[in-house]
Amino acid sequence: MPVLTLRAARIPVVALTAGALLTGCAGMGGGSSGDKTVNVLMVNNPQMVDLQKLTKKYFTKETGITVRFTMMPENEVRDKISQDFANQARQYDVATISNYEVPFYAENDWLLPLDSYAAKDKAFDQKDILPSMRESLTAEDGKLYAEPFYGESSFLMYRKDILAENHLKMPEHPTWQQVADIAAKVDGSRKGMNGICLRGLPGWGELMAPLTTVVNTFGGTWFTKDWKAQLDSPEFTKATKFYVDLVRKHGEAGAAQSGFAECLNNLTQGKSAMWYDATSAAGSLEAAKSPVKGKIGYVQAPVEKTESSGWLYTWAWGVQKASRHPDNAWKFISWASSKEYEALVGKEFGWSNVPAGKRSSTYTNPDYKDTAGTFSEETRKAITSAKPRDPGVQPRPTIGIQFVDIPEFADLGTKVAQEISAAIAGKQSVETALKNSQKLAEKVAEEYR
Amino acid sequence: MSNPTTAVPVHDERPPAAAAPAAAKRPGAPRNRAREWATRAPLLPALIFLIVVTQLPFVATLVISLFDWNSFRPDRREFAGLENYKTVLSDEALRDSIVTTVLLTASVVIVSVVLGLLLALLLDRKFRGRGLVRTMLIAPFLLVPVASALLWKHALYNPEYGLFNGVLNWLGGPQPEWLTDTPLIAVEASLIWQWTPFMMLILLAGLQSRPLETMEAARLDGAGNWQIFRYLTLPHLRRYLELGTLLGSIYIVQNFDAVFTMTRGGLDTANLPYTIYETFYNAHEYGLASAAGVVVVIGTIIIATFALRVVSSLFREEVSHA
Repeated sequence: MPVLTLRAARIPVVALTAGALLTGCAGMGGGSSGDKTVNVLMVNNPQMVDLQKLTKKYFTKETGITVRFTMMPENEVRDKISQDFANQARQYDVATISNYEVPFYAENDWLLPLDSYAAKDKAFDQKDILPSMRESLTAEDGKLYAEPFYGESSFLMYRKDILAENHLKMPEHPTWQQVADIAAKVDGSRKGMNGICLRGLPGWGELMAPLTTVVNTFGGTWFTKDWKAQLDSPEFTKATKFYVDLVRKHGEAGAAQSGFAECLNNLTQGKSAMWYDATSAAGSLEAAKSPVKGKIGYVQAPVEKTESSGWLYTWAWGVQKASRHPDNAWKFISWASSKEYEALVGKEFGWSNVPAGKRSSTYTNPDYKDTAGTFSEETRKAITSAKPRDPGVQPRPTIGIQFVDIPEFADLGTKVAQEISAAIAGKQSVETALKNSQKLAEKVAEEYR
Repeated sequence: MSNPTTAVPVHDERPPAAAAPAAAKRPGAPRNRAREWATRAPLLPALIFLIVVTQLPFVATLVISLFDWNSFRPDRREFAGLENYKTVLSDEALRDSIVTTVLLTASVVIVSVVLGLLLALLLDRKFRGRGLVRTMLIAPFLLVPVASALLWKHALYNPEYGLFNGVLNWLGGPQPEWLTDTPLIAVEASLIWQWTPFMMLILLAGLQSRPLETMEAARLDGAGNWQIFRYLTLPHLRRYLELGTLLGSIYIVQNFDAVFTMTRGGLDTANLPYTIYETFYNAHEYGLASAAGVVVVIGTIIIATFALRVVSSLFREEVSHA
C-alpha cells in the first residue's frame, strides 16, 4: 500500500521547490576550446531536429567543425538568446532568431552584419534568397543581420470537393467578403462541418497573427507613422468585427481556445471547409496519412484594400556580435541554409520535410514540386508578394506585417489577443475589447514618441 | 513536477505541534555541547546544500524584484525599490490573476479533499477487485500535468471532436462549449480529476491506521456508523486532512500547465504562475516577474496557514464537544 508519511512527504516537497528554483539556472554550456567549434542555440522545431541529425554526418565530416547544439521551446529560446546576446556573453555563436527579433536585436548592437560574408560566399548564392525574406532580415541601417533557414506566409485553404458540391467556385484572388459568403454557404453542408476555421486562441503568435493581416487589408494599422495607437479607429474596428463575426457565425466551435493546432485538427478531421493560416500547414494536410490529402485547394490570402495580405515569418540564423568564431559560424549558416542542404533533407527524410520558403531555386526543383506541387506555387507567390515594409495602406513606424517590430509587441499583442478572444467567446463586445486594447497600445506608443 | 510516491508503511507519528521540545540543555556544559555538535555535524552538509539550492535563489529573486529590468533593454536597468510590487498590486491584469489563483486553488483543494475522502471511505471497505480499483483511481495522478491538460482540452472538452460533446450528441443533448462557457470551472475540473487521487491516497493511509480496538469498542457501546465516523474517524483523519490540504494548496497554487495548455490565460483564467510566465517570457520584465513570484510565495504561505487554521479550528470544536 503506497502511502505517505508526514516525514517522507517533506523531502519531495523541498526537492521540488529546489528543482523549480534551479530550472532557471540550468543549461550553462561550456566556453570555447580550440577554434574548430561553433555553438548553436535553436528552437526545437522539427526542421531543426533534422538539422541536428545531419550535421555530424555531413557538415562536421566535410569541414572538421564541431557543432554544439542547444535546443529549447520557442519562448524559452527567445529568452535565452536575449540573455546571452544582451550581455554579449559569447556562450553561443549562432542562434535562431525570427524576423520579429532581427531589427531590434540589430538596433541593440547584438548581431554581426553578414553582408560581407554573403558577398564572398559565391556558392551560397545570396540572390537566390527570396527578396521579401532578405528585406525582413535587414535592419534600419540597411545591413543584413540574419540568413533564413525556412520561411512561411499565410494563405487560404479550402475543401475543393465541398465547394464543388455546393456549386461554388473559389476566386483566384478572393476578397474577405467573398470568403465570408462562401463560408456562410458551405457552413453545415455536411454534418458537423463549419464554414471556416480561424484562430481565436490568445497570443501574439496565435490569434493576433491572422487578425493583424485582416486589419492591414481592411485599411487599419496598430500605429501611425508617428506612433499614435489606432486600435479604436474605424478600420481596425471594422476588421476586428468582421473577423469576430465570421468566426462566431460560421467558424469552429470553441473558437476562443482554437489555435493553429486545433484548426489543423478540424481540417484533417473534416470539421471545417476552409482555413486561413500559415502556408506551412499545407505540408501536414498533404502528408501521406492525412485523410484530406489531395482534397484541398490553395489560394492567396484574402484581401480588401491591399493587393496581398499574407504574413511573413521566418526562423533565421543570427550571429552574436562578440562571437569568438564568426568564420565557423558563417560556414555553418552557409551550409544549413544552402541549396545542397535542402537536397540532402529531400534525400534523407523526404522532400516534404525540406526547410522551404526561403530560396527561389526550391520552387523550380522538380523533386520538390512533385511532392509539394499543389501548394508550393501558392506558397512561393505568398512569400514573394509579402511587403514587410508596406503591408497596409499607410506608412508604418516599423517593419513587420503581422506584428509591430518593437520588443513590447509580444506582451502587447498577447494582451490585446486576450481581449479579442473574450469577444470571440461572446463575453464582451468588440468595442469594449478594442477600447481596453487601445489603452494598452497608447501606453506602449508613448515611449516611442 | 514529480509526485512523491515513497512507499512506506504508515505509522502513527506525533503531530509536529506536540513534538517534545529539544532535549533540555544544561547551561555551561561544554562537553555536552561538543557531543551535540558531533551528532549534528553529519547533517550539516545536507543543511548547507538545502540552503544553497532553496534559499539563495529566493534571495536572488528578492533582489531582482527591486530592479526595473527589461532584458531587451539591458542598458536601462536600474534600482526601483518597491515600484514592481506597487505595479503587481495595482495592475489590473495582475490583480485579477491573484483573485483567479485564490479561486482556483481553494475550489480545487476543497473539492478534491471531499471527493478524496469519499473515495477513501469506499476503498477502505473490503470488496473483490479492490486492488484493481485502487490502481485505476490513482492513475490520473500519475499522469504528467501537461499531458492531462492536453487530454482534457482535446479529447474531452473540444466541441468539434471531444468525447463530452460526442456523447451528448449521441444522446441528442445540447452542445456546450465547455472552455468558452465556463472556462475557469473547466480548468478546475481537470485539476480536480488529477488531485482527487492524491487526497484519496493520503486519507486512505489515515483510515488504515485507525486503531481497530477503539472502533470495536465504540460499536459494542452501540455507536452507529455516522457517530463512529463523526467522533472517531474524522478526528483521527485530522492530520491527514491537514497534510492533504497543505500539500494540495502548495502544488495547485503553482499549477501552470492547465491554464497554459487549455486557455492560454484567456477569459479570466490566467493565474499567477501563468501571468509570471507571460511577464518573464513575453514582456521580458525580469523585475516585475520576480516581484510577482515573491507575491505568490507570500500568497502560498497565507493560503496554507489559513487552510491549516480552518482545519484545526474544526477540530478544536470537536474537542470542546467531546
